[in-house]
Amino acid sequence: MFLKDYIKEVAGALKSLASGMKMTGYYFTHHKEIITEEYPDNRNSLVLAERFKGEVVMTHDENNEHACTGCTACELACPNATIKIITKFDVDEATGKKKKALDTFIYHLELCTLCNLCVDACPTGAIKMAPTFEHSVFDRNQLTKKLNNPGSKIRAGVE
Amino acid sequence: MWSFSNIANEIHTWLSSQLPPIWATIVEMVIAGVAVIGLFAILGLVLVIMERKVAAWIQIRLGPNRVGPKGMFQSMADTVKLLVKEGMTPNGADKLMFNVAPFIAMIVAMLLMAPIGFAKDFQLWDLNIGVLYITAISSISVIGILMAGWASNNKYSLLGAMRSGAQIVSYELSAGLAILTIIVLTGSLQLSDIVQAQADGWWIFKGHLPVIIAFLIFITAVTAETNRAPFDLAEAESELTAGFHTEYSGMKFALFFLAEYINVFIVCAIGATLFLGGWMPFHIGNWEGFNHVMDYIPSSVWFFGKTFFLIFVIMWFRWTFPRLRIDQLLNLEWKYLLPISMINLLLVTLIAILGWHF
Repeated sequence: MFLKDYIKEVAGALKSLASGMKMTGYYFTHHKEIITEEYPDNRNSLVLAERFKGEVVMTHDENNEHACTGCTACELACPNATIKIITKFDVDEATGKKKKALDTFIYHLELCTLCNLCVDACPTGAIKMAPTFEHSVFDRNQLTKKLNNPGSKIRAGVE
Repeated sequence: MWSFSNIANEIHTWLSSQLPPIWATIVEMVIAGVAVIGLFAILGLVLVIMERKVAAWIQIRLGPNRVGPKGMFQSMADTVKLLVKEGMTPNGADKLMFNVAPFIAMIVAMLLMAPIGFAKDFQLWDLNIGVLYITAISSISVIGILMAGWASNNKYSLLGAMRSGAQIVSYELSAGLAILTIIVLTGSLQLSDIVQAQADGWWIFKGHLPVIIAFLIFITAVTAETNRAPFDLAEAESELTAGFHTEYSGMKFALFFLAEYINVFIVCAIGATLFLGGWMPFHIGNWEGFNHVMDYIPSSVWFFGKTFFLIFVIMWFRWTFPRLRIDQLLNLEWKYLLPISMINLLLVTLIAILGWHF
């Protein structure tokens, strides 16, 4: 009885090893699909996965309008103080009321861990992760970025 | 036809006519030594690039492709890099042992080159106990590894060396028993006799199932003996930071690295000699016409073809199987390989006595 189990075990082991080798042997002999990128050569045709997280950007539409209300939810969500939001008060022309609005969205890429918590926290979907990764610069001051475009304002209807 | 043996004979007769016999022998030894070192260098370069390309293709990558055509000079560039690097010796290390260990690893590999027949009548030293010599010398390689691990004064090195010791000592047994099956069939320890016995067919075809089992056990055991994955606990890049050669750098590291690949080549050459007929072309029994056609392929091509096929198989193992745990490793040897190879040896003995092999 013991011998039967022993032989069965050896045969099963050999079979599983053979199936593994068959798989890798198939990859070796069918050298077509390559999962790696020849990065510096294919810079212009580089395709990155949709979920790739390279840096935080703020989306602007064609009228140079963004969806950021300056609520600072992202600033509070950030675990390492990457985001600093400076707000101002706009005067609504129709009603004459004062309203809080975004003045400057400061983003410190050098501190960012790309954890995506700010994007999750944003109630209006104003920021997102961009698939860029060539961030190296000679002066780290250049990594402190202003995300809202100059002269941009909040899109009408976003509260 | 052009062959290595003619070159060797011509050099021998020319030297004998020019010099007294003792000097002729010394000059021949020097030539052989230089040839072996040259072969080492070429093998190191070829095997490293081969390993990286095989690994890349198996993992659906491209592998090195920057230096030279299709990256074929990558290993040369790596060698230049290693040559110009500083060979550091750690402060707490045992200086003498630390510096001697890589050379022991290399010397063992060099000694093992002696009895291997690279082509027809082309062998450095055809001693009559060739197989015993090989098994004896290959056990010395563990000393180099233990020395390196102990002298490094580093816990990872020591752990790697200890694992390596346990591993090599235990797998030597089943490798030896697998080799013994061929000795039983051939009735000689001389490598040239073993090759000659396969003139009418290689042992792996002539010896039925038991020899195939012995061949599988041999390949498994030598993979373990050369410390290659899936038995690379001694090095284990991911857990021991390279094991016994953690503290080595520059050319001293390169010697260990080279010795590993040379050892792979040697065990594959021995495997090819014992089971696949060494330099013997593919012959089938008494088919004279077929055998003559096969004889037109030079014997060195046969030898290197078989050896590189086995090397490819071992590389294939490395990039397919996950690393074993130390208890699994010793279980495999003592509970599976050793009993199976013992019973297998008895079977082969029966076959040899009753003359059931072809």
